[in-house]
Amino acid sequence: MPTDAADLRRRTAELLAAHPPTRLPPPQNEGPAGQHLSSDTEPLDFLRARFDAGLAWIHFPEGLGGLDAPRALQAVVDAELEAAGAPGNNPGRIGIGLGMAAPTILRFGTDEQKRRFLRPLWTGEEVWCQLFSEPGAGSDLAALATRAVRDGGGDWIVDGQKVWTSGAHQARWAILIARTDPDLPKHRGISYFVCDMTDPGVDVRPLRQITGEAEFNEVFLTGVRIPDAHRLGEIGEGWRVAQTTLMNERVAIGGARMPREGGMIGVAAADWRAHPELRTHDLHQRLLKLWVDAEVARLTGERLRQQLTMGQPGPEGSGMKLAFARLAQEISGWEVEFLAEDGLTYDDWTLRRPEGVDFTGREAGYRYLRAKGNSIEGGTSEVLLNIVAERVLGLPPEPRTDKDVAWKDLPR
Amino acid sequence: MTAPQTLATAGPDPDLLYSEDEDALRDAVRSLLADRSDPATVLAGLESDVPYDTRLWRSLATDIGTAGLLVPDKLGGQGASAREAAVVLEELGRCAAPVPYLTSAVVAVTALLGCDTADPETATLLGALAGGNTVGVLALPLTTGPGGVAETAVRADAGGALTGRVTSVADAASAEILLVPAEGPDGPALYAVEATADGVRSDTVTPLDLTRPLGHLTFDGAHGRLLATGDRARAAVERALLAGAGLLASEQLGVAEWCLAETVRHTAERTQFGRPIGSFQALKHRMAALWLDVASARAAARNAADALATDSPDAPVAVAVAQAYCAPVAVRAAEECIQLHGGLGMTWEHPAHLFLKRAKSDEIAFGTPGRHRDALAGLVGLSAP
Repeated sequence: MPTDAADLRRRTAELLAAHPPTRLPPPQNEGPAGQHLSSDTEPLDFLRARFDAGLAWIHFPEGLGGLDAPRALQAVVDAELEAAGAPGNNPGRIGIGLGMAAPTILRFGTDEQKRRFLRPLWTGEEVWCQLFSEPGAGSDLAALATRAVRDGGGDWIVDGQKVWTSGAHQARWAILIARTDPDLPKHRGISYFVCDMTDPGVDVRPLRQITGEAEFNEVFLTGVRIPDAHRLGEIGEGWRVAQTTLMNERVAIGGARMPREGGMIGVAAADWRAHPELRTHDLHQRLLKLWVDAEVARLTGERLRQQLTMGQPGPEGSGMKLAFARLAQEISGWEVEFLAEDGLTYDDWTLRRPEGVDFTGREAGYRYLRAKGNSIEGGTSEVLLNIVAERVLGLPPEPRTDKDVAWKDLPR
Repeated sequence: MTAPQTLATAGPDPDLLYSEDEDALRDAVRSLLADRSDPATVLAGLESDVPYDTRLWRSLATDIGTAGLLVPDKLGGQGASAREAAVVLEELGRCAAPVPYLTSAVVAVTALLGCDTADPETATLLGALAGGNTVGVLALPLTTGPGGVAETAVRADAGGALTGRVTSVADAASAEILLVPAEGPDGPALYAVEATADGVRSDTVTPLDLTRPLGHLTFDGAHGRLLATGDRARAAVERALLAGAGLLASEQLGVAEWCLAETVRHTAERTQFGRPIGSFQALKHRMAALWLDVASARAAARNAADALATDSPDAPVAVAVAQAYCAPVAVRAAEECIQLHGGLGMTWEHPAHLFLKRAKSDEIAFGTPGRHRDALAGLVGLSAP
């Protein structure tokens, strides 16, 4: 059955007719538990119906929330639903599930795993988190030490410590990589699991960061039991499976569309326009340079999107995160300096648990501090430069002394 | 203070990709240049007395037809746009080709298109430039960018006799036709002068960039044919400078591309300390950062070319952004190319210096990055203190 824009509009209209959504003034996408009126379809019921109609993510297979349709046409569905005031699934809250767990489950999961996990993941009924990084395994993720050992009944018993886990305190499930064979070299002894975050062996503790808040967690795993049916991919293939997750993470980080003066440069420009008394020539020159850099980064992202729409994905994706991190840091640093006395203050050091990063909703000091993480999270800028140099430019790799050594024999 | 309209809406989404026709044009130009203008050939021709490669120019301008890309069919051109001319300039940048494409086929042609093309003399001139049979240049210093024509150095009397001196005109010695902005009896005007006419003298300058010759032009009662006056003359010159600055970004992109590709090639082969030097992070990170700059320069240059091609009201912003960004990228790429080639990069024999000289001259051409940023401050509402 061919799927084109007209067909998608027809399907969307049918969905809306069968499940008239509550009209709410924007912004209304507070998640499936958000406010609603009683007369029309409940937001969660609407999201389930949308999934079952194949209009959740149309490039997914039929029966799993999609129609096997070209990804570029998703915008057609989204625009129709937005115009009708339909509730959304609040992607900001379930980003790890949508951007990382879902593509990995789709590619490596069994039919049963796909049926069990994807629908509540997409509707937001079940939040996902990612148990990858460890205190001893950051850039060298493959050196991870969390162990998964099989017991007599075939279940896996997991012990170890994970770190920088966003959303762990809200998550129902986690994607987890753990070492299943320490006698093999580091990349080959890893397996990939879905971990039940309600298991009594899972201990989630907030990890307070330099901004004062705690977006992330430390997760201690002690005797956590995972049935073998919750393994994704073959035993020992976990590293390859994780590559799918990580490639999707970087695309998600670099991919948002922006208008001119969108994001942080817009805040800096507004500051400049609002405070003539704080202007200096030096700050003016630097602001104009940053404005140009931000506009060019926006255009580079736009060009990448046009390439994806035309089905010619370019390698610019890995570069966009580098550019974004540098810009965010430089612009926020400029802003604190420009604000002078106000730059000496900070809005709130209270230990809070925010749901995400709100770069434009808080004050300059927060932006400055939070942006420091942009060149560390999701692959440090140094590692990304290696990736660009080796995979895009084809430069020879660094010699690797640990590649063929059993993990248990590596220095730690 | 409120920002001007262009800020809030950057216009309809620009097309930042290359069309199939543009790719085909690129292939044709690239294969010609590979045959006739590889860096070794350019290097060998550097210190000759010929100001540009006339054989290469004929093939490029006339046979492939690139000189007329900006000119409508009915005026003897190809009826294409700034998008296609930008592709040609990318390729010319990739070999620092010594041909007057930017000056004649872009800047002079754009100035003529701003005059009355129904006038037979103007139409004849345009046809000659579009066919590549005649080289024309706009008689302004290469440093002049959009908004940079404060007062003209040449005066015209009522009979069209021109007097004055214009310094550092690119491709002056190559030109048969000089388009001369002058202060006439009724204000600003644009004149066409034969380069060989009485009262015209061209003194060549020893340029930093040997692939783009410079000359000082002196007019001593030379006879000019009036092309346009008043606001029309001013707008024609302004539009020509905007096109020159905007499409120079594509040349700079080409320069940067060559420098990066050559540096990657060299460092992957050159072995020291028992390893290819391109395997050291200290070097590969510099090249990766440069790759990102080049990818970004491509978006900025395409945006400027598209804004010019569609006559977008956003063109002044798009051009200023492209120049402010692409000019330093080309310079950095060329400087990194020299440094990462080590001693080889300092020799005359290796062509890297051609690209350094081109990049550094291009940075000054049509307005420095700082001048373009100053222009942006006014365009997007970020006033100086």
